[in-house]
Amino acid sequence: MILDMAINLQTVLFFLFSVIALGAAIMMVLHRNPVYSAIFLIVTLFALAGFYVLLNAPFVASVHVIVYAGAIMVLFLFVIMLLNLKQDPSRKRGKVARRAFASLLVVVLMAEMGVLIGGSLLTGNGVAATLPAIGLANGAADSTGFAGDTAAIGKQLFTTYILPFEIASVLLLIGIVGAVILAKRKLTS
Amino acid sequence: MPLVYYLLLSALLFGIGVAGVLLRRNAIVIFMSVELMLNAVNLTFVAFASHFKNLEGQIFVFFVMVVAAAEVAVGLALIVAIFRVKQTVFVDEINLMKW
Repeated sequence: MILDMAINLQTVLFFLFSVIALGAAIMMVLHRNPVYSAIFLIVTLFALAGFYVLLNAPFVASVHVIVYAGAIMVLFLFVIMLLNLKQDPSRKRGKVARRAFASLLVVVLMAEMGVLIGGSLLTGNGVAATLPAIGLANGAADSTGFAGDTAAIGKQLFTTYILPFEIASVLLLIGIVGAVILAKRKLTS
Repeated sequence: MPLVYYLLLSALLFGIGVAGVLLRRNAIVIFMSVELMLNAVNLTFVAFASHFKNLEGQIFVFFVMVVAAAEVAVGLALIVAIFRVKQTVFVDEINLMKW
């Protein structure tokens, strides 16, 4: 399936972004220093923004960079700086049994997801096999008339999804109040 | 690109996030792995939105980002509050409620 794909810009960009995203995600999980983990997560987020642009979602890509890489990761870095964390102590790596069991769980989870998506070797039923049966083309690059630009998403957000939009604003207000209360120092009266 | 490639990539990213939650003991890195899992699901939503040419997937991604932002704010405030008492962010040492 890989060999009969057209080598056009979209394919090259897809593999480039996926290599960057997977590599940075693995380095984020494995690196000892939490600051480096945050920087690797920012690299992953930028690769994902590239994916969103490839998938006709420019508004989501812009909001992703502004909100995630621009606000949430900056908040992470501020907290790491304020708590003045050192690196993880190198000798206290945790019990081997715990790490082996966790790795086994992750391998089982990924195998399960792979079987679900790609189809099992026995029956050949998976998301990849059922998609043509529903009557949809298997992910053709034909995207005429579909654009996730700001006007289209704004029109949907403010007419069909106005109630979740307002609830989301209340949720943000609750988050702000909660964060301030939780992180406030007790006043010594 | 076929949709299946995007789904497999997002499943891999989700699995890496789960590995980060299970293997790391720094609370902030665990939190960052949870954010990676949320982003993997965002990629699935946008891939399906592009495949079915329906904007609802992208709108749901918008709301997932809102919830993730609020969750990060409150979660980091919690970590700061715990750090003030215990002077540590390693989850192995935050065991006052262990029986």
